[in-house]
Amino acid sequence: MARLALREICGYRSGDKGDISNVAIFADDDATFELIRREVTAERVKAHFGAMVRGEVVRYEAPNVWALNFVMHGALGGGGPRSLRADNLGKTLGGALVRLEIEVPDEWAGRRRPRPDLAWADAILDALPGR
Amino acid sequence: MGVAPPARPRGGLIVDGRTIRIAGGQGFYGDTPRSVAGLLAEGVDYLCLEALAELTLAILQKDRQRDEARGYTRDLPLYLGAALPAVAEGGTRVIPTAGGINPTAAARAAIDTARALGLTGLRIATVLGDDIMGRLPDLAAATSSGLAHMETGEAFDALPAEPLFASAYLGAAPIVEALRQGADVVITGRVADAALFLAPCIFEHGWAADDWDRLAAGTLVGHLLECSGQSVGGNFSGEWWTVPHPWDLPYPIAEVDPDGTAVITKPAASGGRVDLDTVRHQLLYEVHDPAAYLSPDVVSDFTSATFTDLGGDRVRVEGVRGRAATPTYKALIAHHVGWAGEARVAFGWPSAHEKARATAAIFARRVEMAGLPVDEWLFEYWGVDALGGPTAGPVDPEHEPPEVVLRAAWRCDDRDVAARVGREMVPLTLSAPPAGLTGMGRSLGGGRPSELLGIWPALVDKALVDPGVRVTVEEVV
Repeated sequence: MARLALREICGYRSGDKGDISNVAIFADDDATFELIRREVTAERVKAHFGAMVRGEVVRYEAPNVWALNFVMHGALGGGGPRSLRADNLGKTLGGALVRLEIEVPDEWAGRRRPRPDLAWADAILDALPGR
Repeated sequence: MGVAPPARPRGGLIVDGRTIRIAGGQGFYGDTPRSVAGLLAEGVDYLCLEALAELTLAILQKDRQRDEARGYTRDLPLYLGAALPAVAEGGTRVIPTAGGINPTAAARAAIDTARALGLTGLRIATVLGDDIMGRLPDLAAATSSGLAHMETGEAFDALPAEPLFASAYLGAAPIVEALRQGADVVITGRVADAALFLAPCIFEHGWAADDWDRLAAGTLVGHLLECSGQSVGGNFSGEWWTVPHPWDLPYPIAEVDPDGTAVITKPAASGGRVDLDTVRHQLLYEVHDPAAYLSPDVVSDFTSATFTDLGGDRVRVEGVRGRAATPTYKALIAHHVGWAGEARVAFGWPSAHEKARATAAIFARRVEMAGLPVDEWLFEYWGVDALGGPTAGPVDPEHEPPEVVLRAAWRCDDRDVAARVGREMVPLTLSAPPAGLTGMGRSLGGGRPSELLGIWPALVDKALVDPGVRVTVEEVV
């Protein structure tokens, strides 16, 4: 077995309600969905976030969109209007979850999602006054 | 309230059996009204403007504390200024949640905006009754939950401080009633986000109040549209850098058939992208159990929906199933928690992280020596683990971060104390042992403290809230 960060095989999105953060991760096909369903348990996610998530983590499945949804209680420092955190709504927790490494079949080793190509952004920035 | 949508309502914009086009023109208070022109150019029938996040009500509460005539989202006139000319031509109706915790004041602003544009004859409706602040003691006694905290189960009398606002999430019914009364603009306070979009579907297609699958379909459409750019390539974790013209992201449109089948799309002449990924990512945004998405109008099973990428920035959504709504509304009750301040200082290489941690300790000790009581401290190390916490992993001593920002945040009981804490950071510019501390712009610690609010979510019986729900319609003269 090889190890791979979820980043290489999943998209993600996080949302907030009160002191609860939900993070959904999205596979792109049946095989990947079955793999994350087996590997990415609620317990594993709870351990990954450590002291950041004070309460329990509950996992839900949405097989119609190849997704797992993790509902993390006590995850936002008391909730948006109460929290001292800069990221008081947990906007970045989706990215934090896909740092998690899981066991994958050997033939998946080295799988890699494309990295950003920012030629368009560089062109805009380079043309700004003062550059 | 006694308002049930009639089986075949009259006065809709749509010829029976036609698809209706609904746009999500706003996703939060502070979003851009420039979205409106592009959406109206597409000929949308309804423009829904969702402005109220949980945090927004807290902001509006602070606004209302300063001025009783406020408490609504004050960008409403900007949106209406862009939309009302098309409304007056009869092609579009607008449904904003801009009322916040003061819908009457928002309606006043809407009428003033219409009048300033010379658009007399427009009918502005206001939905009232979501504000349950004045009834809390009665509701705590009468409602089946006792207003116990939904998460912790604590009894309502454990609310740590006096409530500052209390709003129930209403459903689509009062909006449908306003449309039935011929409203061109329907201003609401707190309604469930998706209900804004569901209401015109119910009204135009004549869906029955217990046609659960149809109500779930309209709710799903609303859920996909209520966060503006998030379903058209905004906040997107896929290949986000390939989204066309991200500086000019359009906002989404749904074409909803009478049977609830919908196509999610966007204005053609614009940037952004609608595909299977941008839509399915939004499906689970702020959702807990996707097989039982609770809203005031229906319990929707989002896992039963089928998504088909039709190409050309069109995704078809169909087959979603619903079941009977619950007998309760969710309500949010806010209470004061304390005052927060923050300071940010930056450190350069070498040992930037260590310098930041030492400064945090020195700062906290200075605050203690100054006799300033702090109830809660938070120290974040930007560039190390401020966002990711334990998920960021340990710092490798052989690859120390080239620079680190320390963000210190604190909570105090007293506002003035919170302000004075920040001033203890300033002298460290020259007096702290770690070399290389520098201020972060204007944020060395001199900012004004901000109020922290706790949110107490609770369930409240619909039967106790509905009698207080009212729809008023006023014609602009």
